[in-house]
Amino acid sequence: MENTPIISLENIAVSFDGEVVLKDFNLSIRNGEFVTLLGASGCGKTTTLRIIGGFVKQDTGDVFFNGKKINDLPPHKREVNTIFQKYALFPHLNVYDNVAFGMRVHGKSESQIKTTVNEMLSMVNLNGFAHRNVNLLSGGQQQRVAIARALANEPKVLLLDEPLGALDLKLRKDMQVELKKIQQQTGITFVFVTHDQEEALSMSDTVVVMDKGEIQQIGTPQDIYNEPRNAFVADFIGESNILDGVMHEDYLVEFARHPFKCVDKGFQANEPVDVVIRPEDIDVVEPDTSHLSGTVTSVNFKGVHYEIIVDVNGFKWMIQSTDYQEVGNRIGLSLQPDDIHIMHKSEYSGMFGDYSTFSDEMDEDSQNGGKEAEIYE
Amino acid sequence: MKAKSAAAPYAVWMTIFIVVPMVLVVIFAFTDKSGSFTLKNIAEVGQYSNVFLRSIWLGAVATAISLLLGYPLAQIISHISPRRQSVMIMLVMLPMWMNFLLRTYAWMTLLEDNGIINNLLASFGLGRLHLINTQGAVVLGMVYNYIPYMILPIYSVLTKIDSSVVEAAQDLGANRVQVFSKVIFPMSMPGVISGITMVFVPAVSTFIISKMLGGGANLMIGDLIDMQFLGSAYNPNLGSAISLVLMVLILICMGIMHQFDDGENSGGGIMV
Repeated sequence: MENTPIISLENIAVSFDGEVVLKDFNLSIRNGEFVTLLGASGCGKTTTLRIIGGFVKQDTGDVFFNGKKINDLPPHKREVNTIFQKYALFPHLNVYDNVAFGMRVHGKSESQIKTTVNEMLSMVNLNGFAHRNVNLLSGGQQQRVAIARALANEPKVLLLDEPLGALDLKLRKDMQVELKKIQQQTGITFVFVTHDQEEALSMSDTVVVMDKGEIQQIGTPQDIYNEPRNAFVADFIGESNILDGVMHEDYLVEFARHPFKCVDKGFQANEPVDVVIRPEDIDVVEPDTSHLSGTVTSVNFKGVHYEIIVDVNGFKWMIQSTDYQEVGNRIGLSLQPDDIHIMHKSEYSGMFGDYSTFSDEMDEDSQNGGKEAEIYE
Repeated sequence: MKAKSAAAPYAVWMTIFIVVPMVLVVIFAFTDKSGSFTLKNIAEVGQYSNVFLRSIWLGAVATAISLLLGYPLAQIISHISPRRQSVMIMLVMLPMWMNFLLRTYAWMTLLEDNGIINNLLASFGLGRLHLINTQGAVVLGMVYNYIPYMILPIYSVLTKIDSSVVEAAQDLGANRVQVFSKVIFPMSMPGVISGITMVFVPAVSTFIISKMLGGGANLMIGDLIDMQFLGSAYNPNLGSAISLVLMVLILICMGIMHQFDDGENSGGGIMV
């Protein structure tokens, strides 16, 4: 456990033209880990990646690689390789020569290059494509060439800058599985940048949620989902009902005008808190058997479940349930103590979590990664 | 159908002013004064082979110098801020706004034995140099006049190279020299090819520059052709034959050039 991290960023700060992009940023990445930097566009995740790659120089702070400071090492001397957002294949070279580029630059023998290129092309399922013109490949195929080209260099760390952003949904899902497989096969440390929370949760060992140039939370996908540290994380990762509450004592919280048992402790007596309840954790019961009851205001069929918006004393809750409810029905909401997650108040308190303004359009936006539009515009 | 009819005026224009004159040149080259077929003109061209060699040699030297000077400049311009780029490009083109003859006259007054440069040298007590009427002066005149045609196409190709491709090369371990030799230069080949074409062709066939800066000793093909049509040795048939041979030679030179382009010319290059 106490190994030196393969990459560590210490007190990094960057600003472009006076605009702060990263502030006092600290991150260490263990060898062999699949780390995802997750956040809306403009949160500094790509800048972080470019600092590791050597393309952006931080204003202050240090970058360490295997314990060695590499602040002034130019990109071509760093043992990391990048998969660029738009692949950045060499248009004047064919598939084979693209993949061979790094090895040729490093002066490997042609016979060795041939073996490795073929190995890489078969790893990314591009056998027989060696002599194709890269400009005539589909997006997915270009993506695979970019992966093969980066891996042929045997990097210690692979940096991936929203590599799946340009692919259609089906292809993206396939590539997610494939990338994860490649990462496990090769054991190479992956640092993956995305704004897609689902992608982050399903691929990563560790997720780093970022906003405004700061890390909001680092943890396993389960931690991030189940124990969000603040309202931003809770809202960004999945759907959440976020309510104002007061922590009376350990294991007892009051919100929506009722005290509830919960599993959190360590808060000050009567500390104001944010309470997160995931829509899928809420059980629908008869209205008179519960402390919480309200009127169904809208129901949306989502395939696996119905998304039900319930007005409880003016606060609109979202419930995900496999049972259909009629609009206008009064229903009761039942919560178990471990459905309730308590967070300290933060700068994001009150910004998220009420579905009063919720519409299908916004839901679609966030599915398509348009989350930044929702937050910043 | 619409596109076809819109192209018609151009087709007519090109037929009248390009195809017909070309055909006339070919006809003149293969006929004598009375209009009957002969190969005598073509055979006579052979005696001017030294002029051909000199023209191609001087043209090639001027093209090589333009490339060596123009490429770095194009690269520098493509890397500065967009506003300064347009200023620089304007400066590159500025001499072209002045009449070609005037520019070349200016060089005459600079290079003459009693010209500005020599007077300056003399005033510093340095010896006078014989500058005018040398091959060097001709090459200088060619480079000076034609270098914008080298810089502009290379510049326009360089600005289109995506910076992420350069980053990808660095990322894969290429140092500055390798980034240039393996990525930037090969990707700029279409611009280099058109630059070479646009400098070499007019340089080989120039007659003003060689006449004014080269004196009688450095006769070039252009001068030879000039003489056959407007000069003392009036002989349009021979003049046409020389033009035809020159055209074929240039086509061969360009054909060789394009071999280096690997057929991967992705637009931006000018075909000859």
